[in-house]
Amino acid sequence: MPAQPDTIISVQGLTKRFGDSLAVDDISFTVAEGSITGLLGGNGAGKTTTIAMLLGMLIPAAGAIRILGADMVAHRHRALPHMNFASPYVDLPHRLTVTENLSVYAGLYGVARPKQRIAELAEALDFTEMLKRDYGNLSAGQKTRVSLAKALINRPRLLLLDEPTASLDPDSADRIRRYLRDYAEGSGATMLIASHNMIEVERLCDDLLRRGRIVDRGAPVGLIERYGRQTLEEVFLDIARAEPTAPAEVGP
Amino acid sequence: MSSLRRIWAMVMRYWYLLRRSVPRIIDMVSWPVVDVVMWGFLSQFLAGNSTFIAKAGGVLLAGMFLWDVMSRSQLGVSVGLLEEVWARHLGHIFVSPLRAWEWLAALMAMSIFRTVAGLAPAVLVAMALYHFSLFDLGLPLAGFVACLLMMGWWLGILVVAAILRWGQGAENLAWAAPFVLSPLGAVYYPVSTLPYWLKPVALAMPAAHVFEGMRGVMVDHMFQPGELIDAALLNFAYLAVASLVFLWAFRGARMQGKMLQMGE
Repeated sequence: MPAQPDTIISVQGLTKRFGDSLAVDDISFTVAEGSITGLLGGNGAGKTTTIAMLLGMLIPAAGAIRILGADMVAHRHRALPHMNFASPYVDLPHRLTVTENLSVYAGLYGVARPKQRIAELAEALDFTEMLKRDYGNLSAGQKTRVSLAKALINRPRLLLLDEPTASLDPDSADRIRRYLRDYAEGSGATMLIASHNMIEVERLCDDLLRRGRIVDRGAPVGLIERYGRQTLEEVFLDIARAEPTAPAEVGP
Repeated sequence: MSSLRRIWAMVMRYWYLLRRSVPRIIDMVSWPVVDVVMWGFLSQFLAGNSTFIAKAGGVLLAGMFLWDVMSRSQLGVSVGLLEEVWARHLGHIFVSPLRAWEWLAALMAMSIFRTVAGLAPAVLVAMALYHFSLFDLGLPLAGFVACLLMMGWWLGILVVAAILRWGQGAENLAWAAPFVLSPLGAVYYPVSTLPYWLKPVALAMPAAHVFEGMRGVMVDHMFQPGELIDAALLNFAYLAVASLVFLWAFRGARMQGKMLQMGE
């Protein structure tokens, strides 16, 4: 009998309010080590809020988060060295060169042979010629690739990505997705990806999060069949336009 | 070792920013030079019109230099946070293994560098133009500088806490705080000049003890270690309070998600 993969993320009853607004409503889910899971939802569905809570940047109103066995509210520094994060909503310093930015993070994560690691990432993500340029002078797509390199600098066991291919042209986006899949397969890393990009999600998604609740979960093909649709985008529209209901039971 | 490595990484982050930014270097160096030129001429004028200044030449310049140590130290800490806010970068550094105290330690280290680098040209200008050397204060100078650096740290930490708590609307505090406190610091006049009800408030500030000590050395040619000890003890107490306030504000920022939201 094959061994069950370990649970790397365990979320129980996670809730977050901002004043009267309920951003995340009592969600529970687990993510197995080595999986690539997508968080799909419209604007304001709570994806970024959920990721911020998983990172320990945002303290939940209720609920528990354990990542790599660590309680992320009380002991997030036990897990943080093994995680990383990229988001278009959080920037790197514009006045530092790409190399300087990545060197700082290599130092923060204690990366061995940082120059070699930066060169590897620059080659893999195709920005070697930009290493000496100021980050602020890069195009949006180039910044996305450098930001991704920052997220991979410590060879994380868990990678949280918010809109990872935002601002990328289709060719670059496809290459990044392929690189991420290869990285996950090669390293056994786990990824949690929040995205609006249906092509991206169709390849990767297991979960659907809507209006702060997990309303469905499954592999993309299974979801398309279950909703009787042709594409995941149609499934998304079905769910997004439906009235809110009680949260579904969600299992792995 | 891990902590030292992370502190060093953040020091390098601020060093990379500073070394190639001409406006930041000009800002760091120019204000103390402008100050020393102005206070130097004022001192020369007053030397012929005031028995106190004539008796203790350079007391105004020394006050200006030492108060600048406090101001530069405070700015070194609080502008460090503002650099992260302006760069929309807080969200990245605080999801790395960097701990809040390690970040503060990096800001304090940079504040020492900024203070020394910012004041060094002004010290040379004072020597060249007015034949005034801050080093004439002798060994007590090290104690005065250390106490004022420390005062700048806790004041800077309180400003950082205010910005974390109230957002960028509080950023003017970084520049205003030294001005607000300077009347109570007894920088240019003895504490005895203040009205009786204000004296206890002034004596609750480490700066007042430092400047009383400085005048003791320059005017009475007598070093009063008690003043320095009082300043140091007050600094330790305020540093502890400021650290608690910072932790409260940091937790509040995590409650409200401000680390991901703050920025231009």
